[in-house]
Amino acid sequence: MAQNASSEPTPQDLGFFSRLAHPGYFLQWSAYWLKPLAILVCALLAIGLFYAFYNSPADYQQGDTVRILYIHAPAAWLSQFSYAVMAVASIGSLVWRHPLADVSAKAAAPIGATFTAIALATGALWGRPTWGTFWEWDGRMTSTLVMLFIYLGIIALWRTFEDQARAGRIIAVITLVGAINVPIIKFSVEWWNTLHQPASVFRLDGPTMPMSMLIPLFVMFFAFSFLFLLLHFISMRAEILRRRIRSAERRNAQRLRSQG
Amino acid sequence: MRAFLAVIKRDLKLATRIGGDALTVVLFFLMVGAIMPFAIGPDKELLSQLAPAIIWISALLSLLLALDRLFRNDHEDGSLIAMRQAGLPLELIIFAKLIAHWLTSALPLILATPLLAILLNLDFAQSIKVILTLLIGTPALVCFGAIGAAVTVTIKRGGLIAPILILPLSIPTLIFGVSALSTGAISGASYAAFLFLAAITLLSLVFTPFATALALKMGAD
Repeated sequence: MAQNASSEPTPQDLGFFSRLAHPGYFLQWSAYWLKPLAILVCALLAIGLFYAFYNSPADYQQGDTVRILYIHAPAAWLSQFSYAVMAVASIGSLVWRHPLADVSAKAAAPIGATFTAIALATGALWGRPTWGTFWEWDGRMTSTLVMLFIYLGIIALWRTFEDQARAGRIIAVITLVGAINVPIIKFSVEWWNTLHQPASVFRLDGPTMPMSMLIPLFVMFFAFSFLFLLLHFISMRAEILRRRIRSAERRNAQRLRSQG
Repeated sequence: MRAFLAVIKRDLKLATRIGGDALTVVLFFLMVGAIMPFAIGPDKELLSQLAPAIIWISALLSLLLALDRLFRNDHEDGSLIAMRQAGLPLELIIFAKLIAHWLTSALPLILATPLLAILLNLDFAQSIKVILTLLIGTPALVCFGAIGAAVTVTIKRGGLIAPILILPLSIPTLIFGVSALSTGAISGASYAAFLFLAAITLLSLVFTPFATALALKMGAD
């Protein structure tokens, strides 16, 4: 790696944040974090799932189906958090034109899409026994579906550009336009039709859930959030390496052409 | 101001000359609207109930079809580069192009709406309301379309990707456009939806020139 980065400024010349964000240096420091993060995620998931399946009460109305909550709610939270990460990264790529911001936005999209799909699938499985239907055209469900469409559109857009640096800046624009629109879509769709229960954890007058259900829920929230961080690091590293391979291939092809 | 008007005039001329597709879009709009009864059935009661939704969906699809010409030709013949170097800010040029585009794609649809209203058995008062909501709502649809068109203009085969990006963004406009026409149980709900529709249009008119200009600048270098 030292030979590769010789033309770029060395990490020692840069400030703290630039050093963190330097792609080569990012590869170095993120490598130390992968294993501890993986262990943390496994531990939190084990604790959370133990609480969720054995050590928390069944709902007095819904019975054991309420345990879907511990997967469903964290996945739905991450489907929005991933978009927030993408939006912040997009500001980074537009304002500082930073390559790592592009990489971060690109890596977050498939993860966010997957969590959104998980939230929708678990919601459908939960809706069948409690509401009597897999799908209802309810506000919160519909806005999650629209969120999935936006993610898939952005992923499709990433795949159509050949020049990834330019793709990063253009997609940053549409990501931010989407970020302005997501609240409007959420509001309009909820205005249109609402059946889903309102928020019961983050409320001004305190949560409406018993502690025995809140604790596993919070553990799962943290487990999923750290899982996102871990997956994000891994796919960012993969993307940086993929770009290096591509530029190395291009250099090789050029060298071969100049020889032949 | 003269340059601004010149851009509008140029785009109007390009859209109405041979090779322009202003009339094709109207034809598409009428055909989509007219093909629905074949799928739904010729029940007049049902049709007049569904007519506002059918007209709105037809308008949405026709505008999607038309948006490719907004920047594609200018990008291909290099006019877009000239526009970026022009004395007039790119944002204002885009605003002028949006006006011209609305005049040549959305306005003809709205003028053709009475024809579709007759075919779909919509009464007179409802037809007037549909036309009114289309007048208020279509600028927002054109604006979202412009952002999608600007983002995908450098992709050689970007025809299908732009609608994928735009359709989710158009959902609020569609919801409020059709809700403004419903005669629901709650009094004042349709008026509130109408005001929200106007709000979305005004908001998108403010944001779109900047977002579109940014996308075009980012795509160029």
